[in-house]
Amino acid sequence: MLDASEGFTTEDGRKIGGVVMEMKHITLRFGGVVAIQDISFDIRQGEVRAIIGPNGAGKSSMLNVISGFYNPQEGEVWYKGALRPPMKPYQVARQGIARTFQNIALFEGMSVLDNVMTGRIRQMNAGLFAQALWKGKAEREEVENREVVEKVIDFLEIQHIRKTPVGRLPYGLKKRVELARALAAEPSILLLDEPMAGMNVEEKEDMSRFILDVNDEFGTTIALIEHDMGVVMDLSDRVVVMDYGKKIGDGTPDEVRNNQAVIDAYLGVAHD
Amino acid sequence: MAQSSQATEGLGSIPTLLQRNAKEYANRPAYREKQFGIWQCWTWAEAEKEIEALALGLINLGVNEGDFVAVIGRNRPHFYWSMVAAQSVGAIPVPLYQDAAAEEMAYVMEHCGARFAIVEDQEQVDKMIDIQDQLHQFEHMIYVDPRGMRKYDHHKLHTFTGIQDQGRAAYWEFIEDLKARRDKLNYDSICVMLYTSGTTGKPKGVVLSNRNIIEASRSSAEFDHLNRDEEVLAYLPMAWVGDFIFSIGQAYWCGFCVNCPESPETMQTDLREIGPTYYFAPPRVFETQLTNVMIRMEDAGRFKKWLFDVFMANARKVGPAILDGKPVGGWDRLKYALGNLFIFGPLKDTLGFGRVRVGYTAGEAIGPEIFEFYRSLGINLKQLYGQTEASVFITLQPDGEVRNDTVGVAAPGVEIKIDPSGEVFYRGPGTFEYYYKNDESTKKTKDPEGWVATGDAGFFEEGSGHLRIIDRAKDVGKMADGKMFAPKYVENKLKFYPNILEAVVFGHQRDVCTAFINIDLTAVGNWAERNNIGYASYQELAGHPKVLEMIQEHVEEVNRSLADDPMLSHCQVHRFLVLHKELDADDGEMTRTRKVRRGVIAEKFEDLLGGLYDGSKEIFTTTEVTYEDGRKGAISATLAIRDAKVVPVPGNTKVAAE
Repeated sequence: MLDASEGFTTEDGRKIGGVVMEMKHITLRFGGVVAIQDISFDIRQGEVRAIIGPNGAGKSSMLNVISGFYNPQEGEVWYKGALRPPMKPYQVARQGIARTFQNIALFEGMSVLDNVMTGRIRQMNAGLFAQALWKGKAEREEVENREVVEKVIDFLEIQHIRKTPVGRLPYGLKKRVELARALAAEPSILLLDEPMAGMNVEEKEDMSRFILDVNDEFGTTIALIEHDMGVVMDLSDRVVVMDYGKKIGDGTPDEVRNNQAVIDAYLGVAHD
Repeated sequence: MAQSSQATEGLGSIPTLLQRNAKEYANRPAYREKQFGIWQCWTWAEAEKEIEALALGLINLGVNEGDFVAVIGRNRPHFYWSMVAAQSVGAIPVPLYQDAAAEEMAYVMEHCGARFAIVEDQEQVDKMIDIQDQLHQFEHMIYVDPRGMRKYDHHKLHTFTGIQDQGRAAYWEFIEDLKARRDKLNYDSICVMLYTSGTTGKPKGVVLSNRNIIEASRSSAEFDHLNRDEEVLAYLPMAWVGDFIFSIGQAYWCGFCVNCPESPETMQTDLREIGPTYYFAPPRVFETQLTNVMIRMEDAGRFKKWLFDVFMANARKVGPAILDGKPVGGWDRLKYALGNLFIFGPLKDTLGFGRVRVGYTAGEAIGPEIFEFYRSLGINLKQLYGQTEASVFITLQPDGEVRNDTVGVAAPGVEIKIDPSGEVFYRGPGTFEYYYKNDESTKKTKDPEGWVATGDAGFFEEGSGHLRIIDRAKDVGKMADGKMFAPKYVENKLKFYPNILEAVVFGHQRDVCTAFINIDLTAVGNWAERNNIGYASYQELAGHPKVLEMIQEHVEEVNRSLADDPMLSHCQVHRFLVLHKELDADDGEMTRTRKVRRGVIAEKFEDLLGGLYDGSKEIFTTTEVTYEDGRKGAISATLAIRDAKVVPVPGNTKVAAE
């Protein structure tokens, strides 16, 4: 396949770099249940990498391994050329990996702005006392971070709900706010867990555009899980296909689409 | 005023006004735009620098004197600068409606033969690229928002800041040329070309000279005592003459600040933050706001609602009189002052009208209740009557003589006459030069003495001398029995109900009048929510029997009020239906300024119109719709046709409302 150190250029002219994250022989068990079984794949700098598969295939578990929420029993996670020791999610976040959740995990009572500001937590170092007085470093930090957050708000076109409590927003907008919070962390890898679940066609189109824009504008590497095959095939550069915890396909959307194992998994096999 | 004499002494163009402002008001704000959550400000001196850099860049790009430069985008300082920069280099700015579909733009771009376009973002760039092949003279495009544009072929595509940087770099090369071009401009040179939306036929390019714009701005500013301290919020389409006059003409003449909202969705918040002192909105905006206020009051607690009702009743009684400076009793005054403290003040502040000194509405008739509501709050809302061809102003309502049913007296310097058929004619310093490449229409509209036909029928009211407009002259028809048919009059009565967004009344050459009605989704949706009526789509709500019943009540009420008018009692609506889709400019059913195109609608919904007159109870129909991106689709529905009670009007007895 592809050389690990060199990148390639996509059809539409985007430059994809070398491998930034590599999963080697990952196995994850919950008691007797094997959620992920001996899976290896890599994520390259600047690409949109999709993980697809039927329900219960282990996609979200895989994302949780990347985000550090689960530590696999076997296998290695290599990040930026180094072996990553078992970590807590906040440590992973500090390494520049941000995520959104399948079931929205925002602070419902807080405004959109405050929610997005929480994405900047790891850039705020002022102590509790300084924060309370809001002088010197605390003030400076807040201004700097607010600037980044405002750029994200502008980018995702949610200016009109800046001061609206998240609880009052419709579903599609909440999803966008969650994306905003993840972006506010200026991640180098962005993990999206079913960013388009439960959306109507128009919302899906909007979200797709934002994902592509994020990738294009900031060069953010994106790993996403999605059910909607049409969306996945349009958005991603490369796709990993999982079924019952195993990897059954890996490649460009076209390669995956014509892979017999994938077709069987999705459409079923005739039993004779 | 001293200023008026300056007009002839070297202030003969918008760019020279800019020079003056940059000198005299150097450190006063000229433009503000909310960006990244903060109001960014440019002083007149800074604005002048920005415009100069852009103008130099345009020369560098090859813009010649007499070229047309299309400007397409929402209200942002960049586009105002673009227009003035184009003027500075001797070119003619042509602002276009940014929500127009690609084909509409193709017509206009082809018609004016623009070689350059300054556009907002990827959406507009894509539209231009789509139609590029039809435009043989089109050369370069400049865009403001670089988002998503990296992968485009940049041979003939430039960034706004890039052009400015090139302009700054080539300062010494082109500055003399720029100065020479600027000095050539005078009162007779073309200031701007604006395309009229046209309720019938293709858009026409109205050519306005510096004289038109500056004189109209000067006299209207003096009429309302506008000064450099005004604040306006620019949010109406830049292609519309009103925005050009308010945000460029008057702003440059007076030297006041133009504020641009962050995005169309944040307009209400931004309005509130800016608190404009001078404000303009079409009736629709006031209607929507009033509807929102009323909806929220319905949801308010009992005490608050009681407080609101009590003070509003008092305000309706004495508010307008206090505003006009008429005598009002002490007790009422006290009550009004309390109301102002508790209700009106906070309400005005929430609406963003806390500081409005002069407010105008125009374009359509405004409902008497709506108009009175704002006036009773103490907002000096007035009406004006105008059109693109007049550089807006034909008549204005002077302070203290404001009424709902007239449009005021002739604007300063404007003469008005009414021909025997009832059509209104005017002439004045703002009267347009000609329609671009359309001598025929120019001759038809403007006679050699400069009188321009408005196409509206009206008369001067005895006593007050105010002009009253009845209807579009060409819309006034005859019913089968020869009686006058004034559709707009009836439609306006219908539209005054918050539940009715649009109405189209038919009756020309017919025995009776019938109507198509569009419900207002906000108002009816809220009503449905309160009454536990579930619905999944606009179409479903519009067809709900309870909604139809409610609309029927409105229609019947209108019929009763029409019956009282001896001139128009025969225009009562006998049958109506509620349309399954909103009338939309994208489908050609309305103009971009949201005026209904009667002919198009009658043709498109021919089957429905047939149903209204053949007595059927319901009708099945399929309608083609255009989506925002230009794709087509179809929706079908079975619509109920309802009979409305009419008040019989045989000349004999007048029947009381049942």
